[in-house]
Amino acid sequence: MQQFLTTALNGLTQGMIFAAFALALVLIWRSTRIVNFAQAPMAMITVYVALVIIDAGYSYWLGFAAALLSGLLLGAVVERVAIRPVEDKPHINAVILTLGLFIVLHALAAVIFGSRYRSFPAPFGLSGFKVGDMNIALTGFGVFSILAVLAVMLLLVLLFRFTNVGLMMRASAFNQEVARLLGVRVTRMLTQGWALAAMVGSLSGLLIAGGNLVHPAYMDSVVVFGFVAAVLGGLDSPIGAVVGGLILGLSLSFVSGYIGSEVVALAALVILMVVLLLRPGGLFSHAPARRV
Amino acid sequence: MRTWSRRVTVFTSVLTAGAVLAACGAGGRPDDSEGGSADVVGVTEDSIKIGAHFPLTGVAAPGYSEIPSGHKAYYEYVNANGGIHGRKIEFVVRDDAYNPTQTSQVTNELVLSDEIFAMVGGLGTPTHSAVVDFLNGEKVPDLFVSSGSLQWGDDVESKPYTFGWQPDYETEGKIVGQWVKQNMPDARVGLFLQDDDFGEDGEKGLRQYLDKQIVATERYTSGNTDVAPQIAALQAADVDVVLGFNTPSYTALTQLTAKKLNFDPKWFYSNVGSDPELVGSLLARFSEGAVKDGSSLLDGVLTTEYIPGVDTPDDPWMELWQQVWDEHGGDAKLTNYRVYGMSQAYTFVQALQAAGPNPTREGIVEAIEQAGTEFDGPALAPFRYSGDSHMGISGLRVSELKDGKADPLTPVLVTDIGDTPITEDNSGAGNDSPPEDGIPDPIS
Amino acid sequence: MTEFAQRIWSSTLARHVLLAAAGLVAVILVLESTSAFRNGQFAVMAYMGIAAGGLTVLTGLNGQLSLGHGAFMAIGAYTTALLLSDWDSAPPLLVVLLAATLVTLVIGAGVGVAAARLHGPYIAGATLALAIAVPGIALYFQGTLGGEQGLTVAVPAVPDWFADVAYFITGNDISSSKYVAYIGWISLIVTFVLLANLSRSRVGRTWRAVRDDDVAAELAGINLGRARVLAFVVSTACAGLAGAVLALAVRLAAPSGFTLVLSLALLSAVVLGGLGSLLGALVGAALLTFLPQVVTGIGLDAGLSDLQAAELAPLVYGLTTMLVVILAPAGIVGTARIAWRKRRAHT
Repeated sequence: MQQFLTTALNGLTQGMIFAAFALALVLIWRSTRIVNFAQAPMAMITVYVALVIIDAGYSYWLGFAAALLSGLLLGAVVERVAIRPVEDKPHINAVILTLGLFIVLHALAAVIFGSRYRSFPAPFGLSGFKVGDMNIALTGFGVFSILAVLAVMLLLVLLFRFTNVGLMMRASAFNQEVARLLGVRVTRMLTQGWALAAMVGSLSGLLIAGGNLVHPAYMDSVVVFGFVAAVLGGLDSPIGAVVGGLILGLSLSFVSGYIGSEVVALAALVILMVVLLLRPGGLFSHAPARRV
Repeated sequence: MRTWSRRVTVFTSVLTAGAVLAACGAGGRPDDSEGGSADVVGVTEDSIKIGAHFPLTGVAAPGYSEIPSGHKAYYEYVNANGGIHGRKIEFVVRDDAYNPTQTSQVTNELVLSDEIFAMVGGLGTPTHSAVVDFLNGEKVPDLFVSSGSLQWGDDVESKPYTFGWQPDYETEGKIVGQWVKQNMPDARVGLFLQDDDFGEDGEKGLRQYLDKQIVATERYTSGNTDVAPQIAALQAADVDVVLGFNTPSYTALTQLTAKKLNFDPKWFYSNVGSDPELVGSLLARFSEGAVKDGSSLLDGVLTTEYIPGVDTPDDPWMELWQQVWDEHGGDAKLTNYRVYGMSQAYTFVQALQAAGPNPTREGIVEAIEQAGTEFDGPALAPFRYSGDSHMGISGLRVSELKDGKADPLTPVLVTDIGDTPITEDNSGAGNDSPPEDGIPDPIS
Repeated sequence: MTEFAQRIWSSTLARHVLLAAAGLVAVILVLESTSAFRNGQFAVMAYMGIAAGGLTVLTGLNGQLSLGHGAFMAIGAYTTALLLSDWDSAPPLLVVLLAATLVTLVIGAGVGVAAARLHGPYIAGATLALAIAVPGIALYFQGTLGGEQGLTVAVPAVPDWFADVAYFITGNDISSSKYVAYIGWISLIVTFVLLANLSRSRVGRTWRAVRDDDVAAELAGINLGRARVLAFVVSTACAGLAGAVLALAVRLAAPSGFTLVLSLALLSAVVLGGLGSLLGALVGAALLTFLPQVVTGIGLDAGLSDLQAAELAPLVYGLTTMLVVILAPAGIVGTARIAWRKRRAHT
């Protein structure tokens, strides 16, 4: 019982971390129809920015804010400099571009910050709660992570559903020509989409890093699982991203605990294939509109 | 189209003509038996070139990439003091990113293009497996592999040029197993193992003594940093002591996860994973959370030692390493990885001394087989090198961590693979100190 | 140029065979005139080239994205390792190569059927998961697949007839590494001839039609699913063969050789060279093989530390990828071709 509970709670926190990453991917997908493979190293760089600030003796929260802010900046810069020239090209070009960026950021981080392990502090306790004899394997920071991800999801839903900016972002991604005719400043929308997404990506980086070890490749496993979570949910839907993250986090935690950690990736593949064979557009996809 | 096809035809005929020309004079094979000249690959009047593959990039780079810097610093120290037999040692490091495919490529480069005399300290089991046959086929001495797998030393016949260095994981497992059996006979034992030869060989050694006491075995895959499911399973099995054959980052991760699960068994980490300096500094950062002080968090953790490390700065070997590092190491801090590299480098220099003023590839292998058990060095126990065995250091001692320092609980214990009994070491290898100039003397 | 030669040239098959023969001669000249170390590098270029060739057909001609081709190389490599576990009972090498191709082809067909239902990022996600899942299988079945250490491959000795032929043509004795390089390049040439013929055939036209406009293709009576699965199968068969050559060259099949990095490197090689072009795939493979070593060497000469020089290789590779995508989106070969055509149009 204790093991079951622990494994489940662990899956929940892991799932929320996948969800945070998936939310960033969804945001970029919704605003530019590009899958950003460089999301993880972009987030990693901003986490190092936070680490430098915290190492210099400033508070955790200052580092936290700085990471989010530099994420925002980095996202905008990347969109302006690298993505803009390929936006009207076939999508595979953008994919390869983000893969190139992935490699470059990795190497840069290793040169600038070194490739050794470093510990990243957490603002809340790292011990689990205890209720009677039962141990609740949730830490203060774990609770913070869950709440933060849910809040971001809600904000995104609100942004896309109810605000003008969200509507314009959706329109620009859906059809640039039409959006432009309707008076939307498409390029600005694209930049904003990337900037926001990179900020959410930074948040996911901070949540993984908190109370954990950081090195240039520390987010690599999340690249795959976060992406799988986003695809499970349907890539278009913030709620789908969170549900996808939770499904993946919980199942992988149980597979790892009761079968073996070496089949975790295989389990992710099986789950993804089953879901996609039943719903080729993911769990929360709208009826697929035929492109003619 | 026509010009293009003409070009192709011309091109083809030129190539064919070339090939035919090349084939001329290929009638019979000349009997070419000049015999080896006096030249030894990689050795000149005033230099000797060696090399190794290490993960300098990628996921295995943290930590391991520091080992070659230890090697380099020590060789530079030796070179600054006149070299060995008048030769300066040149150490070429190539990055394999811990990927056997790349190990194979960079080893080709080292052997065929850089033309190294010997490979010294190539790191990793899957990586080095990819090149061990090639090195032996090319008769390149493959010295002191940075991995405790048994295969570098237990089959001299098929790998005559390959030598292990650190205590193999099975030997370590045996010594740990016996200690736990003697000192905690009623404890329920859980294993936390890396999912490769490290965990596997270690388990083999442990089970020789603890087969009945082991109630849970959990394996983690390197790279998967979420170990909570594994720790939860150990907790569910109600174990009293966890024996971890894992790397330092996983020591930190298991400690953090155990905090989260309020799981408080006795921990016993293999030498590979204990590094109190590194793990302590990693854990110290979490003081804003629950952990008050990194090194004190590791208080009471059991481990093993086979060379002095940075936690004992007063050890004469550590004083030498510190001096070498200050003079030739650069700005970074001296770490146990670098100490490991320097200790290995020391053994190589010793082997080179033993090989005499005109080293050859066969010569250095023979010299190690003959004199290897007498090599003095930082190792606490002697090497097992002989014509029948190329296994490295024969033993270690069990220690307990206190305030980030290892406090010995046993004398140095030595054994070998298989059912060789465990005995106290009486060679005195653990009590020697380095020579005045810090460079091993030739063995007379 | 005689009429006869012209007639031969106008036949696709004959033209490809002629080019292949020229290629073979070039390969012999290059391998014989370069060092053993370069031979080893050419073997690497050969297997990367085979895999990239297959991938460029899938992505370039059929428009399907695969981020998991490294996994198929792993399947080919492990099949080879299982068949070549010791010298005595090893089947002939040709059988091994065909078996590796066939096993991968069958598994590829299974994956292809599933992937054919998916589009764009969903295929990307599924193949990405595949890329990291397959190495885990080797860990799980430790007994047969060797776990993390992998399986060693007993490379068969050079057969006498091959050594004699090689000696007759070149006048040099053949070493084991050169033998593997020859196997790699002969495999590559055969693969490329088959792929080139396929892409010029009806099948190839079908694939392009599906890529360009699936609705129109379907209206024209093309079975979309079948076209997509076939392209996937052909492409994975190439990856399987490439994996077999890799196993021979590395003499080991281990999970750490087939990380996500391999799959992504293949994809970027294909785009760097020029999507859909076999020559481009070869150029991309050459870049992947030679660039890191050259760049690291330059870095070391410039006085960088080992660590910095090692990081320089991925840095330059990543930057090259980005620059090519931004400045020459048709890839190196595609851009060169456009430039050449322009020049010809002017004269």
